[in-house]
Amino acid sequence: MDRTKIDLWVGIFVALGVASLLGLAMKVGNLTSGKIGETYSVTAAFENVGGLKSRAPVKSAGVVVGRVDNIAFNSKTYEAIVTIYIDKRYHFPKDTFANIYTAGLLGEQYVGLEAGGDEEVLKNGDKIAKTQDAIVLEKMISKFLFSKASETNADAKQSTSTTQQETKPAVAKSTELGDPPF
Amino acid sequence: MTKSNPLIGIIKYLQVIGHRMVERIWRLGAGARLFFLTIIYSGESFKRFHLTMREIYATGVLSLLIIIVSAFFVGMVLALQGYNTLQKYGSSEAIGVLVALSLVRELGPVVTALLFAGRAGTAITAEIGLMKTTEQLSAMEMMAVNPIARVVAPRFWAGVISMPILATLFSMVGILGGYLVAVPLIGVDEGAFWSQMQANVDFQTDIVNGVIKSLVFGVACTMIALFEGFDAPPTAEGVSRATTRTVVISSLTVLGLDFVLTSFMLVI
Repeated sequence: MDRTKIDLWVGIFVALGVASLLGLAMKVGNLTSGKIGETYSVTAAFENVGGLKSRAPVKSAGVVVGRVDNIAFNSKTYEAIVTIYIDKRYHFPKDTFANIYTAGLLGEQYVGLEAGGDEEVLKNGDKIAKTQDAIVLEKMISKFLFSKASETNADAKQSTSTTQQETKPAVAKSTELGDPPF
Repeated sequence: MTKSNPLIGIIKYLQVIGHRMVERIWRLGAGARLFFLTIIYSGESFKRFHLTMREIYATGVLSLLIIIVSAFFVGMVLALQGYNTLQKYGSSEAIGVLVALSLVRELGPVVTALLFAGRAGTAITAEIGLMKTTEQLSAMEMMAVNPIARVVAPRFWAGVISMPILATLFSMVGILGGYLVAVPLIGVDEGAFWSQMQANVDFQTDIVNGVIKSLVFGVACTMIALFEGFDAPPTAEGVSRATTRTVVISSLTVLGLDFVLTSFMLVI
């Protein structure tokens, strides 16, 4: 076993090791998909972020346009301040809606951006004014039960014009919550 | 007279147990001393790096076959078993995450360490035990060649260098095996496989922790193998006993250290 053969094989061995570490880091881990290109940061205030975590995707029309960076709590307004990074290639108008949706039925949550119609665009450090909170399952169930209870109460009474007005807003509320995710 | 006989038996039994415990602790101390001497006399294994290279060849390169083949099969079995359970809950696209996290966090370092102890550790123990039996170590001391610097330290550093490389190779080949079973064979969506994996495997908490674990296991396995060989009774039976002791003690140490390291890493 002469030295050149040993050197060659040890070199191949170490090269294999480095290649597998790089492969693990890039392909398996998330070392490269941090921020592709330049980004600008924007904040949004939510009353309830649900299960949103940092590094969750920010999607618009279903395409990932950025990442959630930081979720902080504002102790004055008791709201959650979410900082998101958006890719510099994409510009959103100032009246963009920021909603928190759930991928699938019980999957992880992400921020969905719906563009408005304003001519001015969001710049670095701007605040998204219009937000919709995450759907909390318990609140939805309690609202559904409440609207069901008020429906049966209205049927029990004789049908008058006031009860018909009561049922219409209750029906409208339950469909408002059922916004489908992207 | 009749009352003292069973008592003497119990006392002797306790003495035997105590003696064995003291001997084990004494051996632990001797092992620690060898470890420190190895670190102290490591200069030569880096100045004359060809010594270490030869040992890297013996421990690392020659273990490649068993590591790669085992990794391939472990990855494939993980994918099969994982799919079997996940598809009951409709989450069969999480198979990539399952295979990757199991390998990178636990199976990569631990199984590699067990295989390394079995293949390279026993080779080291047998070699050094045989050197001791054929009085080569004594001859070296006579020639004023430090046997620890010449024989023990290069093997130690070779083991420490080889283990992380083997462990990451194990993880990578295992993930490849899992991919080959999940995507072409079972039919899980390829994009979902990789993208879910990339979303859930974190470089710092998973991959780096796996490498740290494999480093610690490398130190432990190599040192145990070296000490058992160095301390083996210089007979044929002694060397063969030392070889089996290497495997048993390395395996138990690796599994115990794995628990300790995992509990530290999950807390932090």
